[in-house]
Amino acid sequence: MEDRPSGQLPEPLHARPVPRPGRWVSAVVVLVLVAMAVNALVTNPNFRWDTVWLYLRDVVVVRGVGWTLVLTFGSMAIAIVLAVLLAVMRRSDNPVMRSVSWFWIWFFRGTPIYTQLVFWGLLSVLYPRLSLGIPFGPEFWTFTTQDVITAFWAALIGLAFNESAYLAEIVRAGLSSVDPGQTEAAKALGMKDAKILRRIVLPQAMRVIVPPTGNETISMLKTTSLVLAIPFTLELTYATNQIGSRIFQPIPLLIVAALWYLLITSVLMIGQHYLERFYGRGFDGGRTGRGGRGPRGGRKPRKQDLIGASGTTKDDPFLEVTP
Amino acid sequence: MTASAEAPGTAETMVEVRDVHKVFGRGHDAVHVLKGVSLDVPRGSVTVVLGPSGSGKSTLLRCVNELEEITAGSIHVGGDLMGYRRDDKGVLHRLHPKVIAKQRSRIGMVFQRFHLFPHKTALENVMEAPVQVRGLSKAEARRRGLELLDRVGLAERAEFYPAQLSGGQQQRVAIARALAMDPELMLFDEPTSALDPELVGEVLAVMQDLARSGMTMIVVTHEIGFAREVADHVVFMDDGVIVEEGAPADVLDNPSEPRLRDFLAHVL
Ligand SMILES: Nc1ncnc2c1ncn2[C@@H]1O[C@H](COP(=O)(O)OP(=O)(O)OP(=O)(O)O)[C@@H](O)[C@H]1O
Ligand SMILES: [Mg+2]
Repeated sequence: MEDRPSGQLPEPLHARPVPRPGRWVSAVVVLVLVAMAVNALVTNPNFRWDTVWLYLRDVVVVRGVGWTLVLTFGSMAIAIVLAVLLAVMRRSDNPVMRSVSWFWIWFFRGTPIYTQLVFWGLLSVLYPRLSLGIPFGPEFWTFTTQDVITAFWAALIGLAFNESAYLAEIVRAGLSSVDPGQTEAAKALGMKDAKILRRIVLPQAMRVIVPPTGNETISMLKTTSLVLAIPFTLELTYATNQIGSRIFQPIPLLIVAALWYLLITSVLMIGQHYLERFYGRGFDGGRTGRGGRGPRGGRKPRKQDLIGASGTTKDDPFLEVTP
Repeated sequence: MTASAEAPGTAETMVEVRDVHKVFGRGHDAVHVLKGVSLDVPRGSVTVVLGPSGSGKSTLLRCVNELEEITAGSIHVGGDLMGYRRDDKGVLHRLHPKVIAKQRSRIGMVFQRFHLFPHKTALENVMEAPVQVRGLSKAEARRRGLELLDRVGLAERAEFYPAQLSGGQQQRVAIARALAMDPELMLFDEPTSALDPELVGEVLAVMQDLARSGMTMIVVTHEIGFAREVADHVVFMDDGVIVEEGAPADVLDNPSEPRLRDFLAHVL
């Protein structure tokens, strides 16, 4: 019953490639355009590249980069956990859970992030004291809002709650992209719902969830600049703007911030590439498979198209993406 | 038959289906799919279920495995009432999902479209349930997994992902995966219907081998040859009821029911 790969590989064909003059023409055109753009940027004295270079490594700027990263990853981490929770609640057969999830998503997607952040910042003014207890009944634990919800936490929570609503829809789309047959097979093996979600459904849903989530992370990177609404004033955009107005050179400092955002985005994109590859394992005919030995020769791909890899999840074109 | 048949407290009848009804939906959309099905499957025997499309064969298997809740009747597997508990006063209680999961873990199921976990290798597919449900150690599950893959002739494909396997190989991995939980009953829902004709044989061979080892099996299939050769009992379903049943020779060669004669003429 065992079929082994054949040993001797044939000599590949040697043929001249199809001529592609279009590539050369387009390469030349693009090169000229790039040269013009670089020239326009570098030779224009208004950009003050010396100032850019100086402040690119400024302590305040680098610290701003640090805070921006903390806000981005912190809020995304909280948002992802919340989003999985919300998506699972949304799919549960408990009507209370479903409504709570629906309301949360409706509210946080439906109001502007800036307004939400202002409110988080005003929380200690609106509610100077917070307490845990029974509504209209006794209070067990009371604390001063200002001590607990500092500007940083207000920023983090504000960003995270807003983002969780968007991510919840992405996770939901991911979960429903997984073939219900997967859940049935796991059930038939005696696995419990929580385990099926964690071990079988979520890992497959990740293929659909990761790309838009990468998108969201990059978008979040720049949304963090809105926390000045709280006000939280340590992150990159605020720091550079402040320096810019102090030394009366706003443009070079805008460039400084832009360069940092570009750099971080590039790193994030590389990370996303590897994440996608990890969650794509087993789905692309095994090119990334750990087995290393390639797939069997392409005998009879017809049935494989139907039932093989791609059959188990469908890529959902209706994924929600933040504007 | 294996020694377990004489184990104390286990019934000789592995599966006892009594007057089972299944209605999907309610009100105007209600579909009455099973209309009073009764079936006994003795321990260690092979029952083949035949019937035209839509007759309720899959639904019957799914009810036995609690993947569908039955509307009326009762199903016992290995002496246990499936999905419910009857208290001293005779009141019926729905079982907690955890308990139902436990009941399911004793029953292996093989699907028409395999449903292997695509993000796991063949071996990981086989190891998943023993480790996650039984709490077996990874090393032990691995040893057992390789043994089972060897039994279905796929020891050398252990590290392959499902997408790297042919349909026949995938279905054999699926059988190994179900066997890894040491089920006392195996359900097969058209296990060869999604396969190219030349791959059907390898899967049937594994099933025949399994039957010979004394496994209790209910097999929904259109492979009349398999029914004739392996089955102890053949059941013909139509429109949600069992219309004819008996030994394969009687049912397949001397069908009394015109609908069955019709059906056989089409499949053969
Ligand atoms: N979840 C469901 N909701 C409503 N109707 C259903 C559902 N599942 C099955 N049915 C209906 O029940 C009937 C029997 O389905 P079932 O899958 O058991 O048939 P089958 O005998 O297995 O047919 P096949 O040979 O095509 O697999 C069909 O008419 C089908 O439409
Ligand atoms: Mg069916």
